[in-house]
Amino acid sequence: MAETEVSKKRKRPIVRLAVLLLSHSVLVSVICCTAGVFGLLLLPVLAKNTYISENALMPGSASSMLSNQEVSEANKLIKELNNLHSNPLGATTESHGIIAKYMSNLGAQVNNHKFHPQLNQFHPLHFFSGPDSGVMQENSTRSLYGINTVGIIRAPRGDGKEAIVLVTPYNAVKGGVRETLSLGIAYSVFSLLTRVTWLAKDIIWLVADSQYGEYAPVAAWLRDYHTPAFSNLDSLNTETCHVGNNNFESKISYGIRRSGTMAAALVLGVAYGNENEDTLGIYAEASNGQMPNLDLINIVHYLAVHRQGLRVKVEQFHWLLNSKWVKSLGEVFESLGKMVKTLNPDWKLGISAADYVEGAATLASSLYHQALGVPTGPHGAFRDYQVDAITLEFSLRISFDRLDRRNDFLLHGGRLIEGVIRSVNNLLEKFHQSFFLYLLTSPSKFVSVGVYMIAFALLVAPLPVVAASLYAKTLDLNPTSEKDKSATSNELGSVLQSWKWLNSVKTVFVVHFWGATVSLLPYFISQIPDSDPTTNFSVWILLSILSLEILRWILVSPSSHIYGLPQGEWATLKSATISSFFIGLGLMSVINFATAEIGALLMVPMALMAHPLKLDVRGQSLRSILRMICNLVLGVISFPPATFFVFKGVIEGFSGINAGDFWNWVESLWAWNSATYLYIGMVHLPCWVLCVQILLHPC
Amino acid sequence: MQIEASLWNASWATDGGRMQISLSYAPFEARYRGFDVARCSVDKSSDMNQCYASHYWWNEVKKFRVKEMELSFTQGRWRYEQWGGFDPLSSNNAKPPGVELWAVFDVPQSLVDVYWRNLTHTLSGLFCASINFLESSTTYSAPELTFKPSFGNLRYGTLPREAVCTENLTPWLKLLPCRDKAGLSALMDRPSIYRGFYHSQRLRLTSSESGSDEVDSGIGLEQTLTVVLQPSSWRTGKTYSVETNIQPSWSISSIFGRNIPGKCVIAKSSNVYLHLDNGLVGELKNLERENAKYVANTFESEGFQSNHAFKISVTPDKVFEEVDYLHGKSTSVIYGFSVEKYSDSQPFDLGLTWKIPVVWSCQQAPLHASRFLMGSGNERGAIAISLESTESSEGLPTSHIIDGRCELRVDIFQVVPWYIKVYFHTLQVFVDKQPRAMADVVDKIRVSPSKDKVSPGVMEMILKLPCGSKSAAFSLEFDKGFLHIDEYPPDANQGFDIPSALISFPSFNARMNFSEDEFLNNSPILSKFQETSPVLSYTEVLLIPLTTPDFSMPYNVITITCTVFALYFGSLLNVLRRRVDEEERILRSRAGRKAGWISQLLSRLSAKLRGRPQEQPTSSLPYSFISFRLVLKILLVASIAVTWQYYFG
Repeated sequence: MAETEVSKKRKRPIVRLAVLLLSHSVLVSVICCTAGVFGLLLLPVLAKNTYISENALMPGSASSMLSNQEVSEANKLIKELNNLHSNPLGATTESHGIIAKYMSNLGAQVNNHKFHPQLNQFHPLHFFSGPDSGVMQENSTRSLYGINTVGIIRAPRGDGKEAIVLVTPYNAVKGGVRETLSLGIAYSVFSLLTRVTWLAKDIIWLVADSQYGEYAPVAAWLRDYHTPAFSNLDSLNTETCHVGNNNFESKISYGIRRSGTMAAALVLGVAYGNENEDTLGIYAEASNGQMPNLDLINIVHYLAVHRQGLRVKVEQFHWLLNSKWVKSLGEVFESLGKMVKTLNPDWKLGISAADYVEGAATLASSLYHQALGVPTGPHGAFRDYQVDAITLEFSLRISFDRLDRRNDFLLHGGRLIEGVIRSVNNLLEKFHQSFFLYLLTSPSKFVSVGVYMIAFALLVAPLPVVAASLYAKTLDLNPTSEKDKSATSNELGSVLQSWKWLNSVKTVFVVHFWGATVSLLPYFISQIPDSDPTTNFSVWILLSILSLEILRWILVSPSSHIYGLPQGEWATLKSATISSFFIGLGLMSVINFATAEIGALLMVPMALMAHPLKLDVRGQSLRSILRMICNLVLGVISFPPATFFVFKGVIEGFSGINAGDFWNWVESLWAWNSATYLYIGMVHLPCWVLCVQILLHPC
Repeated sequence: MQIEASLWNASWATDGGRMQISLSYAPFEARYRGFDVARCSVDKSSDMNQCYASHYWWNEVKKFRVKEMELSFTQGRWRYEQWGGFDPLSSNNAKPPGVELWAVFDVPQSLVDVYWRNLTHTLSGLFCASINFLESSTTYSAPELTFKPSFGNLRYGTLPREAVCTENLTPWLKLLPCRDKAGLSALMDRPSIYRGFYHSQRLRLTSSESGSDEVDSGIGLEQTLTVVLQPSSWRTGKTYSVETNIQPSWSISSIFGRNIPGKCVIAKSSNVYLHLDNGLVGELKNLERENAKYVANTFESEGFQSNHAFKISVTPDKVFEEVDYLHGKSTSVIYGFSVEKYSDSQPFDLGLTWKIPVVWSCQQAPLHASRFLMGSGNERGAIAISLESTESSEGLPTSHIIDGRCELRVDIFQVVPWYIKVYFHTLQVFVDKQPRAMADVVDKIRVSPSKDKVSPGVMEMILKLPCGSKSAAFSLEFDKGFLHIDEYPPDANQGFDIPSALISFPSFNARMNFSEDEFLNNSPILSKFQETSPVLSYTEVLLIPLTTPDFSMPYNVITITCTVFALYFGSLLNVLRRRVDEEERILRSRAGRKAGWISQLLSRLSAKLRGRPQEQPTSSLPYSFISFRLVLKILLVASIAVTWQYYFG
């Protein structure tokens, strides 16, 4: 007996640590969650300055060759296109001819690419699957089509294995200087590149016909470039689409011309800015939070700021810039940083409050756009083919009517693009040196995966601890402790007791199954003709509730009271809920980290705190009342539609909120094949339902 | 043969001017040390036997039993659409980028691989290139059907990524009789050659030892340098409007920056030819027909040289006109210039000045071949070869009618490295955008699937396409393989190359017919043009991105492995060292001693933290005692660190 006692006391340290953690699970979860949130708030402080990681890029090491000659040629093109727009009849067809003529005059190979715009539709089985050729086009309407013009410069001494893509969305129907200016920039660069000798990679210039949106033409061209349909069932490219009165036009082929593997892609756009100086906006987020290599953003930023004197900005949440609590938080961090600096001047933790606010607004936007999983521009189409791409949007402080001002702009923009292309051209290997997983806090600052993961890990860490401690407690609650073990009369009962968790797991499983059903429902609802978003949304909710009740009735109710002992049941249910949620979050963090981060932020407190309301009401201590209030508040907030409306209200004001907005939002998610939609349907919503079930548990 | 020496009085030669050359000692007598003649030198008295020593390349050929061999170094790609693909010049001289080597051996089949390996090593040493990588069986293949008629003793290998530079050109030049010092090869100014769009240096060996006849037996070495240059006025003469764009005029001195100072002393003949291809001649004739006033300046009498379209600065010695017996299409013209009569004082400088803009296109191969990759992602993909008919194929003679059906024969030879795991059964054939059964189109197919790390996949196909077909496409699916970490090249992130496919059209012959002339037989290049050879074209090299490991991973792996090892050995040692009873005994003996008050306090504190009743002081004593000392130590170290940081940090 003495020996066993000694051995019991001398448990392995790791086991003792685990036991210690389990016994203080409440403390652990409070500390970890606070630390997780704190870590997230600290990210703008921890952001590092970007640096160019790949040495071969050498941005700005060569002087720019783009001169006024190219710019004046580009002006000719702009003028011709603008003149064309003065008589809008037939402007679309002729503009393609003009662009193609200019391209081929430079010695580039030109072809047109015809595509049918695809309507965004929900394909429940197309999540994560690669782009499909031909199949989708069957549904699309035949009468609508757009024409991309593609020009290719073959590198004079290169072997044509690689290519750099330049994309300019151009809406010939809309016309206007804004549309043609990006063409002007691209044309000036293109005309320079036909004459340079240093080109090692081919240059592809895609003038994307953006009358059906900017994304669709690029995606269609990429699909046909990578997965051509040899068997010409839909006869897309052979039919004579329009009678070219121009003799030149008829010569341009509709067969797609190819170059090698794409190394990088730049999408150019021009916007009217109302700011004080010329700015360059960088959009980088592709589908499911994928980002291009940080080096691409770095060279653009370096060249724009240090060579062309442009101000670079990335997307921000402007409402965060004016919010009081962020400002005060920034001040706290500033004073903290100062204090740290007095201890050791080498520790550069402190940033000014203004910087913190800027960083936080950019970080929040970066996190949100990654989490949404919807690409922020046409560059998103390239990411599906593992091509690093970004969208550059120039915005000017004044209008482009003055010619000298416009020339100046074309020169700067062209030189920037030339520099970027030259850097990428230097690259021997594909982009791989720098980060792919990062959040931007400013154009020149980033938080890498190694840092932002800590905040998420801290948030998620209490989940398994609490689940395990809850399960351990239910075991202790049961009379299957060591004293009663001698009484073997109730053997079957004890076995059943120890398998009691199966019941809760079954409930959890059923609810997750329901979640999958709910995520499939919009597919059927969207088939209803002539329905507005609000009705769709209400039908969705009604059907969801109905299906939940049916599932519960079929699967859960007959077996729920077999094993008795309901007093511990909510604990096992909570334990199972938390475990499944933990697994879901873990999986999601691999697919789209930002979604998992935001999801954890919303749902983890709720999942940890969930406690039957009846018990809290019975308890009547301050602690239980506090817990009850927290639970109620969290329960409302973490319901996905409620979260959406609260978020929208904070940003845009609560006045213009419509119930159909949520439907529209969800529709955009599934149309872009965002994994966030799956997360909401199959992880977040089931967890919320289970938590509500725990809250309402009849103890 | 002569040896030249020169005296240098430059600062680099005279040790910064400290050791000036005193010209008062002239005349100088020069002594050569370590002088090595790269050729076999024969005195009149001694016999020729020493020339059979193994270090001469011609003996290497004998040693390696090479029957026929061709080695080419190429940079840039031949643009079939612009530079043509039908005439013998482009068909024979266009080569895939990088290194291409094939050799036919005169040995039993079992020995071919051994001889091939030796040959690659020798060539790699000779040409300062990594041809030795062709030694590995994963890089070469043995085509049987399509490449050349062979009986298993042909080996073919390519290195698409080999960078070609001057150090490959220098050994090649060394094989020339006058190197680049005299004669035609004086033109080979390295910067101007490497500035061009395309250059390909080729070396072809043929040995005919079988014949007993003394005249026939011997080795033929044929060296070809194909260069596509840009005229120096190309960049400055840029005009955007096409209407006024006259094609740039050129001269030898403006292109190469050098002239031809006469012929190499030991050369038998030294000629320059200027070839006006079919399209150009046809266009010129049309122009002449239109402008009646130029009729006097007829083509027949003056051979174009001072016509209204262009002017040649030197009067040609010979004019050859291609004779096309089959149909009265336009034919090409070759001007021959002999450089023998030129000297240093009066160098040969051929120039051509355009007077009017002429637009013409080169004759294309019957089908334009292009190859590209399909699919995305790191898992799988497909190779597609698409053949599209060019204009030239329409008017071509249909001499290849078989069984009453007009068919166009196309041979495809494709080598795929083993890490691209091609599924040959997925071969899909589309003719005129309609899917076809393989048996309808493919006449013969030979496939040798790749073996991992042993041999590449080879596909040879003989196709019979219907004559009027506008396009044909083939696609083959593949899986991308995983490589072992040490099989990755240093720049693995660039991707991996699939060598060019070779498309040949055996029913078309790239040859020129000239009217019989005595001069033709003396000129090797013209007689080469008259040889019958099938039209060949190479496709692009493809770049396939494979999954590459993060090469900083080994560091992480080392860290993890070390941790695992430490844990494993730590616990193992712990188990081995520990004696179960001994420890309890020691504990019990320690329990007898009195405990200090701090340790008691700590044990009480820890008990409170854990939320358990206070343990027996006897058992908890040793740990808390140890921990007390440990805590003291840690505190001490920490305080030292803090003070250090504060005062000196």
